[in-house]
Amino acid sequence: MSGEGTTDGTNEMPGPAPEERPHPEGRRNLEGHRVDPAVEAQHDSRRAVLSALVEDEPGVLARVSGLVSRRQFNIESLTVGPTTVEGHSRITMVVEETDPGIDQIEKQIAKLKPVISVGEVSGNAVTSELVLLKIHGAEPDKVHAVTEMYDGRTLDAGPETITVRLTGDESKIDDALDAFEQFGIIEIARTGQTALARGNVPTAPGEKPGTAGEPTTPTSD
Amino acid sequence: MSDSAAQPREDDPEGTDTASDPADADGTGAPDATGDETNTDGDPRGTVSTGAEAVVAALEAAGADTAFGVQGGAIMPVYDALFDSSVDHVVMAHEQGAAHAADAYGVVAGEPGVCLATSGPGATNLVTGIADADMDSDAMLALTGQVPTEFVGNDAFQETDTVGVTRPITKHNYFAGEADTVGDVVGEAFTLADVGRPGPTLVDLPKDVTQADTESAPGPATAPPGTDPDPNAEPDAVETAARAIEEADRPLCLFGGGVIKGDASDAARAFARTFEIPVTTTMPGIGSVPEGDDLCLSWAGMHGTGHANMAITHTDCLIAVGTRFDDRLTGGIDTFAPEAEVVHIDIDPAEISKNVHADYPLIGDAGTVLEQLTAAIRSPPDADEWRERCLEWQETYPMTYATPDDEPLKPQFVVEAFDEATDDDTIVTTGVGQHQMWASQFWTYSEPRTWVSSHGLGTMGYGVPAAIGARVAADTMGDPDRDVICFDGDGSFLMTMQELSVAVREDLDITFAVLNNEYIGMVRQWQDAFYEGRHMASDYNWMPEFDKMAEAFGALGIRVDGYDEVAPAVEEALEYDGPAVIDFHVDPEENVLPMVPSGGANGQFALSEDQL
Repeated sequence: MSGEGTTDGTNEMPGPAPEERPHPEGRRNLEGHRVDPAVEAQHDSRRAVLSALVEDEPGVLARVSGLVSRRQFNIESLTVGPTTVEGHSRITMVVEETDPGIDQIEKQIAKLKPVISVGEVSGNAVTSELVLLKIHGAEPDKVHAVTEMYDGRTLDAGPETITVRLTGDESKIDDALDAFEQFGIIEIARTGQTALARGNVPTAPGEKPGTAGEPTTPTSD
Repeated sequence: MSDSAAQPREDDPEGTDTASDPADADGTGAPDATGDETNTDGDPRGTVSTGAEAVVAALEAAGADTAFGVQGGAIMPVYDALFDSSVDHVVMAHEQGAAHAADAYGVVAGEPGVCLATSGPGATNLVTGIADADMDSDAMLALTGQVPTEFVGNDAFQETDTVGVTRPITKHNYFAGEADTVGDVVGEAFTLADVGRPGPTLVDLPKDVTQADTESAPGPATAPPGTDPDPNAEPDAVETAARAIEEADRPLCLFGGGVIKGDASDAARAFARTFEIPVTTTMPGIGSVPEGDDLCLSWAGMHGTGHANMAITHTDCLIAVGTRFDDRLTGGIDTFAPEAEVVHIDIDPAEISKNVHADYPLIGDAGTVLEQLTAAIRSPPDADEWRERCLEWQETYPMTYATPDDEPLKPQFVVEAFDEATDDDTIVTTGVGQHQMWASQFWTYSEPRTWVSSHGLGTMGYGVPAAIGARVAADTMGDPDRDVICFDGDGSFLMTMQELSVAVREDLDITFAVLNNEYIGMVRQWQDAFYEGRHMASDYNWMPEFDKMAEAFGALGIRVDGYDEVAPAVEEALEYDGPAVIDFHVDPEENVLPMVPSGGANGQFALSEDQL
């Protein structure tokens, strides 16, 4: 690099102007993939259930939720609760993201120190949510019938309101809420989805029953 | 599930044994003067009597040489324990300076820097420096005082939720709730900062915990489970990547800051030379390979060289090591290395395919994986023609500037004058702005850990405290003859120049070269290019006379206005044994070129303002 003056004194460097330079035809999409114009890779977002086994220490939920919000991941629900291992908790998240987005969420969460293991729960996982509903009490018989139909339970009934508990997977809850809509829903409280993998498949990668202090499992591939 | 850092009482189920200590009932008073009586005549590592002594013992055991910080009520017990410690302490003028100095110390020394601050404003003043270290993956440990646990959550005097504030900008942070484990926590935090991908960690230390009696000396510091990753990439993945590199016609290395952090410069140089693959670097990767080398195209990105950006644009196989593909490097993602298959080596799996899709991801330590790749590549890529093209680009797009007689001193000339007058091991620190770009463009870097700058966060004011940290590190490493030059802008210098008082007090041999253009120049350049020349809030013609100000601080002050004054001033400052400030009054209208407009294509860099 030399400081010898070569130009006419204006703020300018030598060389062909931008439009005179060759530039390749190719390009990348927003996810950084090289694009083959014939088969443009489009990623649709999808719902995924992620399960994270974490150490139950102060701030762990704030770490996970803060990460999700700071990196602008779309999250539908997040539940936390203890596991069979003392000092461990399970965080279950439902996210709506593209495949690369889901991959990023898993990898970023895996980096958090209190996270022992995290991964997507396979598609045929057992999922369930608990919903409390407060409904107008004008038609108690009809409310009771709908409650029965969705295996719900009446927790409180008065002259003006009836409170019902529903549990089930997402489609059942959605159907039930549609059915209760006719009575007028006053208030609703939902826990969000929880999930466990079926059969012998561990819910979080590498998870074994009763393993406190296991190292964080990298979830990369 | 207890999920609140603001409820540390649950961390401390037995109650704090000094919470009722009448000697510090107000939570802000002096440390318990009786606590230290029996301890300090022996080896401080072996026995401790308070939490604060355990904290300091952990620093000593971890090998920390120096800490940078500012005193204050809640951190006083720790400072009191430092009184008898082998750990040197440098009092800084402002906590932000302490964080930047610790950061730069770590960059130069290759081990975590340590900074200390008190609770509340002390801790929040550290925040910029912690965020800076986080963005640049610099290993650093911050220790913050906190109000006694019984006051936490009550908005006590000088209370801030430090763990909450710093959670998104640390690798991990800790609330140390118990005196018996505080030493181990500090040791773990120090270790964690440096394993895998480095980053800042923080331990918040409530005053009752550091004052509490404990005989629990820290054990050997270990990284938390699962945080020290396997340095080796999967052999199958290495083989596949090796085949892709063998078959490439236009291979290009892109070495990032991870090469420096991973001490992989030797491996990186050997890799490029063995297979004769041209090299570009990112800005944090400056120094990973000598910029004077035939294979080196210098650094790429927004203000990178034309030849580096042409090579990035036309490569068909980009071997990227230890980089996160920041937007200042890539420009628009759609036009970044559009024809290249990407081999991406990184220790952090989350960086793989985060911004640019990796066709061949190799997760592991930079040096180790480059050695694996070297062993796996059977024949070098056939790239004679490609190397020719790279050389042609170097000739077509040279880094030059004009020095017309009728214009003021050019800042690039100052950078070159210092480069010529100093050795290759000279450490350069900078603030952020035009001067930073010139310091990186017109200085030929040859060695890792000689370029110390604020890249990811872009923190104006980084340069002065970073120079202090770098100087202390070089002195600690036994290199007192190494030069440390801080290139700063007038705007950046004004933000942290109070730290000059520290350089004078400690008699630190640093040359501060202020490239004074009486503008916040990068903003002025953008206003001229993109805002019709409306210089809103960018005109800095109200600066103090920095040479006189330096003299007021007790440093050497020199003012330079013309070309013929440059060489004598440089010589005088370098020969001066102590801090020297040269106020170079340079061309206010000079622009940083070339320039890839934000979001533009690397290959479409502008060579003049008209081309933007």
